[in-house]
Amino acid sequence: MREQLAKIRAAALSAFEGAQSKVDLDALRVQYLGKKGELTAVLKQMGRLSAEERPAMGQLANEVRAALESALDTASKKLEEAALEHKLKAEAVDVTIPGKAPAIGHRHPMYIALDEMKEIFIGMGFTVLDGPEIELGELNFDRLNAEPGHPSRDWSDTFYFDEDERVMLRSQTSPMQVRAMDSMPLPIRIIAPGRVYRKDEVDATHSPMFHQVEGMVIDKGVTMADLKGTLNAVIKKMYGENTQTRFRPHHFPFTEPSCEVDVQCHKCGGAGCPTCKGEGWIELLGAGMIHPHVLEMAGIDPEVYSGWAFGFGLERTAMRRFKIDDLRLIFENDVRFLEQF
Amino acid sequence: MNLSRKWLNEFVRVDVPDREFAEAMTLSGSKVEGTTDLGAEISNVVVGRILSMEKHPNSDHMWVCQVDVGAEEPVQIVTGAWNIHEGDLVPVAKDNSYLPGGVHITRGNLRGIKSKGMLCSLRELNLDERDFPYGVITAAALLNDYHPIDPDKPSIPADVQPGHKIYGPVVAASVEGVKSAGNGRWTCVLTYNHKDGPTGAIVTTLCQNLHAGDMVAFNTSTAAICTLADLHAEQREFPHCIPDGIFVLQEDGIAPGDDIKPVINADDRVVEFEITPNRPDCLSVIGLAREAAATFGKPLRLHEPVVRGGAEGSLAELLDVETPDADLVPRYTARMVRNVKIGPSPKWMRERLRAMGVRPISNIVDITNYVMLEYGQPMHAFDYRYVNGGKIIVRRAAEGEELTTLDGKVHTLTHDHLVIADEGRAVGLAGIMGGLNSEIVADTADVVFESACFDGTCIRKGALALGMRTEASAKFEKGLDPLNTLPAVNRACELVEMLGAGEVVDGVIDILNNVPQPTVLKLEPDKINALLGTDVSRDEMVRILEKLDFTVDGDQVTVPSWRGDVRRMADLAEEVARFHGYNNIPVTLMRGQTTQGGYSPAQKLENKLGELCRTCGYDEIITYSFISPTAYDRIGWSKDCAMRNSFKILNPLGEDTSIMRTTTLPSMLEILARNWSYRNRNVKLYELGRIYLPGGENGLANESKVLTLGAYGEDMDFFAFKGAIEAVLKGIRAVDVRFETASSDTWGDSVAPYHPGRVAAVFSGSDCLGFIGQIHPNVAKNYGVDGELYCAELSFDELALAQGPDAEYVSLPKYPSVDRDIAVVCDEAVTVGRLEETIKKGAKGLLKHVELFDIYRGPGIAPGKKSVAFSLTLRADDRSLTGEEADQDVKSILEALEKDCGAVLR
Repeated sequence: MREQLAKIRAAALSAFEGAQSKVDLDALRVQYLGKKGELTAVLKQMGRLSAEERPAMGQLANEVRAALESALDTASKKLEEAALEHKLKAEAVDVTIPGKAPAIGHRHPMYIALDEMKEIFIGMGFTVLDGPEIELGELNFDRLNAEPGHPSRDWSDTFYFDEDERVMLRSQTSPMQVRAMDSMPLPIRIIAPGRVYRKDEVDATHSPMFHQVEGMVIDKGVTMADLKGTLNAVIKKMYGENTQTRFRPHHFPFTEPSCEVDVQCHKCGGAGCPTCKGEGWIELLGAGMIHPHVLEMAGIDPEVYSGWAFGFGLERTAMRRFKIDDLRLIFENDVRFLEQF
Repeated sequence: MNLSRKWLNEFVRVDVPDREFAEAMTLSGSKVEGTTDLGAEISNVVVGRILSMEKHPNSDHMWVCQVDVGAEEPVQIVTGAWNIHEGDLVPVAKDNSYLPGGVHITRGNLRGIKSKGMLCSLRELNLDERDFPYGVITAAALLNDYHPIDPDKPSIPADVQPGHKIYGPVVAASVEGVKSAGNGRWTCVLTYNHKDGPTGAIVTTLCQNLHAGDMVAFNTSTAAICTLADLHAEQREFPHCIPDGIFVLQEDGIAPGDDIKPVINADDRVVEFEITPNRPDCLSVIGLAREAAATFGKPLRLHEPVVRGGAEGSLAELLDVETPDADLVPRYTARMVRNVKIGPSPKWMRERLRAMGVRPISNIVDITNYVMLEYGQPMHAFDYRYVNGGKIIVRRAAEGEELTTLDGKVHTLTHDHLVIADEGRAVGLAGIMGGLNSEIVADTADVVFESACFDGTCIRKGALALGMRTEASAKFEKGLDPLNTLPAVNRACELVEMLGAGEVVDGVIDILNNVPQPTVLKLEPDKINALLGTDVSRDEMVRILEKLDFTVDGDQVTVPSWRGDVRRMADLAEEVARFHGYNNIPVTLMRGQTTQGGYSPAQKLENKLGELCRTCGYDEIITYSFISPTAYDRIGWSKDCAMRNSFKILNPLGEDTSIMRTTTLPSMLEILARNWSYRNRNVKLYELGRIYLPGGENGLANESKVLTLGAYGEDMDFFAFKGAIEAVLKGIRAVDVRFETASSDTWGDSVAPYHPGRVAAVFSGSDCLGFIGQIHPNVAKNYGVDGELYCAELSFDELALAQGPDAEYVSLPKYPSVDRDIAVVCDEAVTVGRLEETIKKGAKGLLKHVELFDIYRGPGIAPGKKSVAFSLTLRADDRSLTGEEADQDVKSILEALEKDCGAVLR
């Protein structure tokens, strides 16, 4: 009997291992472990054994059963794994076939540049203002020291809605300085982006409608050194920490002292190249300390308060940011252009 | 403003390289736009002397020259020019040299003869006869170059011999020898046969193309060698006798081998400045010299004009000046010059003018231009004989008065123009341009120099009205220094004497109507430092101001007369900052009370709407705010549509951009059409743009924003488009959104641009947000599109109102729901929206969701009817729903459908 059990065990284990399918394995289970299986048949002979032999043989028989069941289990798992592997292999795809992307729309590049700028200024405690484009000549000019007769008021430069030059299309975002001074409590820190209009024919660098971003700070003890510090910080955020700036004197009617700010040419690093017309620097924006008379006209005492203001062209900023070489692309709105950003 | 660095050096010696000069001047406030090296294009061109000339063996018109270029051996150069002679000094472009225009000269072979360079003409050096008046070339008609127009009928026989008569007193003569007579003249020995035998003549001529062996036409009665003009010949008859050739140098102190650049002033560099309108004083060499002296810390050497005078006559008797419109003429200064000899000005003056971009004309005119460049004071010279009555009246023009200016243009003037007139007529447009009737001409004998200060605004408006902004008017319009007129006119008279161009009459006419007192300011170093954020010492401030010719006395600062822009402390601060150096001002961050920055709710909604549109696949566009008035026709608005009432630009760039839009639709359609014409296939666009409606505060506009969407493409139809709008509205949590059929009966022109069967009004509650629909095919056609375009216009203000409150959590269902599908048959006219509304109304509180899933028309359904299928989701919040309960609700829903919509279960 002992030999019989050993024989069944060896045969069964080898058969289980060789099973090729779940069906085969089920048949083997029946063959060895079923009610009419070989092991059961051997166990049925237990009755014939002596009482002394019976417990030892019983134990052995149970061991064999356990071994067979365990082997059956292992073989079954192995088959399942093989089957899964086969299935997965069959399901393989060509991962280089393009995906089915949902179409996502694109922010206009100029507004991408504007958003970046807004975030920087908001982080510095600035409020973003919005104002009218059809504006009073008084706010666009008189309140900014551009008296009647000033060349910028010429009909060849500025669009008017009446012969008295009372209502016009704002030629700069600077009237927002006046609107802020007239309506906001001090201290003031604002930026005011928006559309402005000048009588320029359309070409690669001009458009009768374009965008500016105005900025202004008024407080007690504001200095030109503050203007430099703030603008330097902003420019570094926009163009990188290593960006070099240069402040040079300029003239605007509503700031004194006035300056223009250049950044070192990104192409040549200041050595001079065609991009910077050999100067090594590229003009970025105009700024200055708010003219005392502009403060006075807004009822702000220049002996107590001072301020600085800046303005720059958004198109140019975006064009530099994205290396766009023709302003007309901005307003052409060709989707092949828009979808690059 | 251009500045010759050589000229600048007359007033302040600055020897730094161009780049350094530009950088330093820019940083002290005189922005340099660029520097031009006048000789940048010329290299390896030297003075050469022609040692010998021989006829080219293989050519009938070329010469082979041996030229001394300062080297040990002469170089051999072949030329086709006939105006040179042995001994001439000429510009020689040597082997491997460069000429203006990038011309590269190398050695070569000309018909078998080696040529190691080129002899240059004026033009090849980018010069002309105005730069070197002696460079004019006069050509004799050489009979040995005669080519008859008709070979069968030559005017001069091919075998013409010396002594043959050409016509009248003109005979053929042989040139025996040629010798320079100096001053560009030549002495020529001629021989010819006379009826009494051989004879000869020695003539002096300007013709430069004569050489021994040539045959000329000699006028025996005038003893002159004939030019082509004398023979009434055409150029093609004497193809090589041309008024062109090599530039024969007549300069003193030059020798073979010398670099040509200093000889022709090509060794100068011209710096171009951008001068801001507040600094008209810098529109002059002296003004820039003052800035340069302060920038580089070098002394400024100014010169006081000295006039000898003494010409015959008394100025008071010769000339009288009246300024009836005194307010427009702050100052009028004039002097007179008699016995003028009009001629070219000297080389140094021509060179300086030319370097600054001014064309030399004649000595008197050149002097006025020279003084304008040097002093920044526009000058005018006019011919005294045309000042009738010897009286100058500076007055407003009469309405309709006519004047022909120096450029030959006839102008009809108005009362706003200021003219220089004599007793009878205008002789010049004050501050803009002189009159043709008093122009300086070759026989001008007496000249009046005018050096005046006119009202800037008057000159600017006058020039603008006539469309003739001149160098003079550009200066006047910025407001000139009234104290500059006298030194300038004296300088002009000094130059007249220096050039020997005439005799100056003693005395000056000087009318001072309005010469302001100097500005005196208080020097407040603390305030200046407080504004700049600097710590500049008082001493340094004084030093800076004094360098700029401000006078400092204690704490009193007197502003120089030419600095009208300096009026208060901030202006002094800028002067200090400029020369202390903007880049030496410290860099500090903002201090003081902090402010809270951020976006307003409206700005947040703008950002949100943009994000939602992009999420739906729509690209952002930016369009012009102004449109053409015809745009309203193109979108189908009726002629009397009230929405056509727009802000009109009185001076638009063009009709296409002349009115401020009251609708964004034309802008969107234009961009869709443009993309369509570019064959871009699937296009989805949005813009959050303004419209400009009359009726705002203070006569301004009501600038409302509109969210505009537009789309076309294979995957686009009404419902795909509507889906995006629904998603956007859902994204801003718009409450109670509805789409209603929008008929023109109700909505008029607002829906005229749309397909009448495919347009909806979008509602939130009872408020209409705008419209969405397919563009009317006729409108699409107006924009050149023959496909389906979809657009939506939604008012930003209404969207802001429709925006729902922030989300509030609703607990998730605890009990399962029951789904029921129903299909009902109803009339075509019953909308799905109405069916849905009815279903919601008919339900008894268990209906959680209703969704359309099919619309069927066809077999089994009567014509004019449709079957509409909905999926209903029913659920109770507090228990599991039984089938019976659900069926009760569905029954109620079906009853309502039948009662309200005539829809019966299929």
